[in-house]
Amino acid sequence: MSLVPNEPFYFFTRQNLTYLTGRKARNLPELLAGIKEVPTSSIYHHTHHYLEQHEFLSPEPPNDFAYWITDILQDKVLGEKVASIDLREFFTLHDIRSRIIEVIEHAMRGNPNAFQQNAPNGEEFHFMNAQTFVFPTKYVAHSLIDFKECLEKVSIYSIYYHVFEARLRRKFSDFSIWLAASLGEDELAQEFMELDPYTQTLENLRRTLIGHIETRLKEGIRGKASRI
Amino acid sequence: MAKLREYEKYVGSDVIDELELYAGKLSGVVIQNINSTAVGGGVAEILMRMIPMLHELGVNAIWDVIKGGERFFEVTKKMHNALHGQKITFTQEELDLYAQTNEMNAREMNLRGDIIFIHDPQPCALVDRKKDLGRKWIWRCHIDFSSPDPFTWNFLKEYIEQYDVGVFSAPSFARELSIPQVLISPSIDPLSDKNRELLQEVIDSVLERFKIDKNRPIVTQISRFDYLKDPVGVVQVFRQVRRYVDCQLVLAGGGATDDPEGAKVLAEVQEIANNDPDVFLLLLPPASDIEINALQRASSVILQKSLREGFGLTVAEALWKSKPVIAGAVGGIPLQIVHKHSGLLTHTIEGTAFALRQLLQNPSFAKALGENGREHVRKNFLITRHLRDYLLLFLSLEHKGEDIVYL
Repeated sequence: MSLVPNEPFYFFTRQNLTYLTGRKARNLPELLAGIKEVPTSSIYHHTHHYLEQHEFLSPEPPNDFAYWITDILQDKVLGEKVASIDLREFFTLHDIRSRIIEVIEHAMRGNPNAFQQNAPNGEEFHFMNAQTFVFPTKYVAHSLIDFKECLEKVSIYSIYYHVFEARLRRKFSDFSIWLAASLGEDELAQEFMELDPYTQTLENLRRTLIGHIETRLKEGIRGKASRI
Repeated sequence: MAKLREYEKYVGSDVIDELELYAGKLSGVVIQNINSTAVGGGVAEILMRMIPMLHELGVNAIWDVIKGGERFFEVTKKMHNALHGQKITFTQEELDLYAQTNEMNAREMNLRGDIIFIHDPQPCALVDRKKDLGRKWIWRCHIDFSSPDPFTWNFLKEYIEQYDVGVFSAPSFARELSIPQVLISPSIDPLSDKNRELLQEVIDSVLERFKIDKNRPIVTQISRFDYLKDPVGVVQVFRQVRRYVDCQLVLAGGGATDDPEGAKVLAEVQEIANNDPDVFLLLLPPASDIEINALQRASSVILQKSLREGFGLTVAEALWKSKPVIAGAVGGIPLQIVHKHSGLLTHTIEGTAFALRQLLQNPSFAKALGENGREHVRKNFLITRHLRDYLLLFLSLEHKGEDIVYL
C-alpha cells in the first residue's frame, strides 16, 4: 500500500449502437447455426445488453438466448441451462460462444427431433450486433475518497464499462486493477473481484461497491489501516 | 418546448450529462434533416422535438422539407401502403413522377449538411446527388417494413443501397441490404400532454364526460378503428372475460369519419357491441391527447391486440403509466414487452381473454408487470434515449466497421 496514489483513475463511459443483421432464427437449430456463424460482436450484444436494457429484471435471464429459449420456445430446462452459464468464468467472447454452443448441442443430442418447434410468428430470434463507443468523462479519482465520490456520480454506463467490458479486455475489472496497483488496496481490490456483477442490477452494484469502500474508509479512520 | 434538464427527474442528471458528452464530439458537423412535411404526421412531430434538443446540445441540426404536387404525394401514399404490404401496381408515369420530383428537389434544395438525414420514402431518391456531392447519407425508415410489396421494395432498394446506412424501428423490419442497418426505436415524451402526470380531477372529469364508471375495472385499447388493430377481436375478448369478471371496455381512437375503411370497421364494432352499456366506443378528435392520457391512467388493464403494427408506441405510453398491458407480438411490440416480465404477449382471442382474466383477478401480478413496464420504458423508450441513439448514429458514420470506437 502507498499513501500517495501512483496515478489517478480516469472514468470512461460507453454506449452501444445496435445493428440489425437481417438474420433470424425460428427454432433451436436455426438459433444454434446463427450462434456459430455471427460475429463475436453479436454474441457480445446478446449476452450483455440485457444487463442494461432489462436491468430492472435482474436476476432474471441474463442473456437473450436464454430468454428466447425459455419464454418463446417454452423450453424451460434448456433455457435454465443457458441462463445459468456463468459468464464470469469466461474472458473472451469466443469462449462464451463455445460454451453456449456446447450447452445447446448437448441438449439436442439427446432428442434432436424435439427441437424443431418454431417460434410463433413475430417472435423469431433476430441476431443483432453492437458497435461500442467509449468516451472519457470529467470524473478523475486521485484517492479512495475521490473514487467513492466519482462512483456516486458517474452513470451506470461508466460502471458497466469498467466492470463488464473491462473483464473482456483485461480479465479483471478496471476498478480492481487500479485499487491494487495505484492505491495498494489489495484487499479491497480482491473484494471487488469476488463480486458477481451478472446477478445484480447496475444500481445495486454501484451501491455494493460504494459500501465496500465506506467500510474500508471507516477502518482507515479507526486506525486499522494506518497507510490510508 | 421542454428543456433537456427537465428530463433529469425521469432519467437522472448523469444521462443528460452524457448526452452533452456525445454531442461535444459532433462540433462543427452540420446535420441536415429532410422529410416531406413540416406539420402533421409522426416524422414531423419527432423532428419538432428533436431539432431544438440537438440545438440545446450544441449540434448544428437543420431541417428542410421537399416540395411536391398533389399527384406526387398520391404516388408516395401508394408507396407507403405498398411498403406496409398492400399489393399495389404503379404505372411508369407514376414512378417517373417520383424520380423527377426528387430530382427537382435535389437541384433546388441547398444540400449543405455534412450528414444528410433523409426520413421515409418520399425524399429517398435525393440520394442520387451523393455521386457528385459526396457527404454521409442516412435513410431513416419510420414505417413497418416487415413484408413490403416486392415490386415497390425493389424499386426503392436501388436508392436505399446508395446510402451509407439505413435505420429501422424494429428488428422484424430489417431487410437483406448491402448497407449496414441500425436499430433505433421511436420514443415517447414524458412531458407531452399524452404522457405527463394528470391530476385525479382531470382523469375523473374525462371519465364523467364519457359516462364511464370509475368504480369498476376499465379495460382500454387506444387505436384507430382499423382491421389491423382488431377492434372486433377486442370486443370478443371482452365478452369472454365479462362472463367471469365485472368490467367495462373502452375502445378509443380517431380518424374514422373521413376514412371509408375506418367507418366500415367502426360499424362492425358497433354491431358486435350491440349497444352494450359497458362498451364505450369513443371517436376522439385529433387534439385529444389529454383525454387519451386520462383514459390510459384510469384503466385497470390496457390492450393492444394489433395484428400488424408499425412500432406500437401506445404500448410504451401505457407502460409509462405503470399499466399492465396485453398485446399482440407484432412490429415493435416485442421490444417493449418482455413476456411475463413487463407485460403479456398473446396471439389469439382466447389467449388474450385468458390473460385479461388473469390480470383483472390478480392485481398484484398486474401491478408488478406495470411497474416493470414503466422502468423498461424509462430506460429504453423515452426521448432522451432516442436522442442518444441519433448522436451515436451520426458519430458512427466516421467509424464504419469498427466494433469499438474510442473517442
